[in-house]
Amino acid sequence: MLLEINPLVLPDIGLVFWNTVAFLVLLIVLGKFAWKPILKAINDRESGIEEALLKADKMKAEMAAMQNENEALLAKAREERATLIKEAKEASEKMVAEAKDKAKAEYDKIVADAQLAITQQKNAAITEVKNQVGSLVVDVAEKVLRRELSNKAEQEKYIKELADGVKLN
Amino acid sequence: MYLNRVKSLLVVCLSLFALMISAPSLANDTAAAVEHVAKKEGDFNVTETILEHIKDDHSWHLWGHTSIHLPVILKTSQGFEVFSSEKLVDEHHEPVVHKGNFDYKLIEGKTKIVDANGNLDKEASKQLWDFSITKNVASLFVSVFILLVVLLSSAAAYKKTGIKTAPKGLQSFMEPIILFVRDEVAIPNIGAKKSGKYMPFLLTIFFLILTNNFLGLIPFFPGGANVSGNIAFTMTLAVCVFIVVNLSANKSYWEHIFWMPGMHWSMKLFLAPIELIGVFTKPISLMIRLFANITAGHILVLSLICLIFIFKTVFASAIAVPFAVFIGMIELLVAFLQAFIFTMLAAMYIGMATEEHHHEAHEEVAHH
Repeated sequence: MLLEINPLVLPDIGLVFWNTVAFLVLLIVLGKFAWKPILKAINDRESGIEEALLKADKMKAEMAAMQNENEALLAKAREERATLIKEAKEASEKMVAEAKDKAKAEYDKIVADAQLAITQQKNAAITEVKNQVGSLVVDVAEKVLRRELSNKAEQEKYIKELADGVKLN
Repeated sequence: MYLNRVKSLLVVCLSLFALMISAPSLANDTAAAVEHVAKKEGDFNVTETILEHIKDDHSWHLWGHTSIHLPVILKTSQGFEVFSSEKLVDEHHEPVVHKGNFDYKLIEGKTKIVDANGNLDKEASKQLWDFSITKNVASLFVSVFILLVVLLSSAAAYKKTGIKTAPKGLQSFMEPIILFVRDEVAIPNIGAKKSGKYMPFLLTIFFLILTNNFLGLIPFFPGGANVSGNIAFTMTLAVCVFIVVNLSANKSYWEHIFWMPGMHWSMKLFLAPIELIGVFTKPISLMIRLFANITAGHILVLSLICLIFIFKTVFASAIAVPFAVFIGMIELLVAFLQAFIFTMLAAMYIGMATEEHHHEAHEEVAHH
């Protein structure tokens, strides 16, 4: 036979048998206790790294979103502050205006009252003056009438005198 | 690309280192053996010397005249029989008859049954099954032991340190190789989804071949055996690949072999036997490639060393040793390369057998 020409290409049954045994032992033992845990660890590590990278990206996006949110919040706060200040200003202005109005009204009222009082007093005074003038006139007329009868010149002088003595106050 | 460059650089560095250690001892070892043969026959036979180193043996040479006599295990019609191989040779390493259930004698290095006159009994020898722990079997066991220790301890390292820390020590040495097998061999050929199932098989084949290739390059104990250059070893692995490929083959794989789609029926009839032969030539090519590459390397190194004894002058070593070192360096590369190619092709065959065909264009790719 051709195979018997060279013993190198003639497989020994012993080595085939032991090699099969060795290979199967290796395949089973290593498969269970070496390849499985090693490959699992490598896969776990790889997926862990991938996950971590994804997470980092997500965090980055979240951070950016948060920053945007913060900015929006800040802008809103600023706006709110502005409106608050504006409102406060308006309120105070209103209050001042109101106070002013009120004061003015009071003042007007006081002035009106005073004027009324003055007018009343004036009227009263005029009335009194009139009354006094009336009585004075009556007095003077009585005196004149009494003196008139005695002396003409004297009478005129006296009237003048009386007239001087009248004080309209 | 950068990683590949670093990888090849690493291989070269390791090769140089290993050679610095191994080359001189290889020369010494071979020298001793050659001297021995030369003395005995008075005439130097290169072919015999080289073949003696390539072939399997019942004893494992340690140094000088010291060797380990490995057990002989025989299965005959009388049942099993175990004895030391020491009993098959005399003190001059000449074969002698050992009387067990039958009369055993080494004929051309193999245990045979002989008759009373010491001649080969062909009929009785046919009943003889030799399960001896030979040098190759012992070396194989050494490699199994090394693999178990190395890989189980690195697996333990993963358990101990968890996946949060970077690999350390042995673990960090093994991980790139495992990743290499996964990312360069399994996934491109089988696909990411299906490759997980075949990873243990491919990794075991790769590491077993790699370890035995490297052990074969060590010229002294516990190396020195030519396991991966033995046809029985490569045949066993090729048969394993054959079984795995054909067991995992899907319907479309068989359809492509027996009734090629998209062809005229006459072409289908023509292609079927060719494809069927291909089913067997694939594992056979695996078997022969590994065997031939490793054996050829060993023969080359031994031939170069033998030059010294052919020219019978020590000055021949000035040429022979540098050349042997150079070939040895290439051998280290080949050791890795052949382990890679065997695994690569096994993965490719598995990939072809499990591939799903969806459209015509795909089929074209699968068959080229």
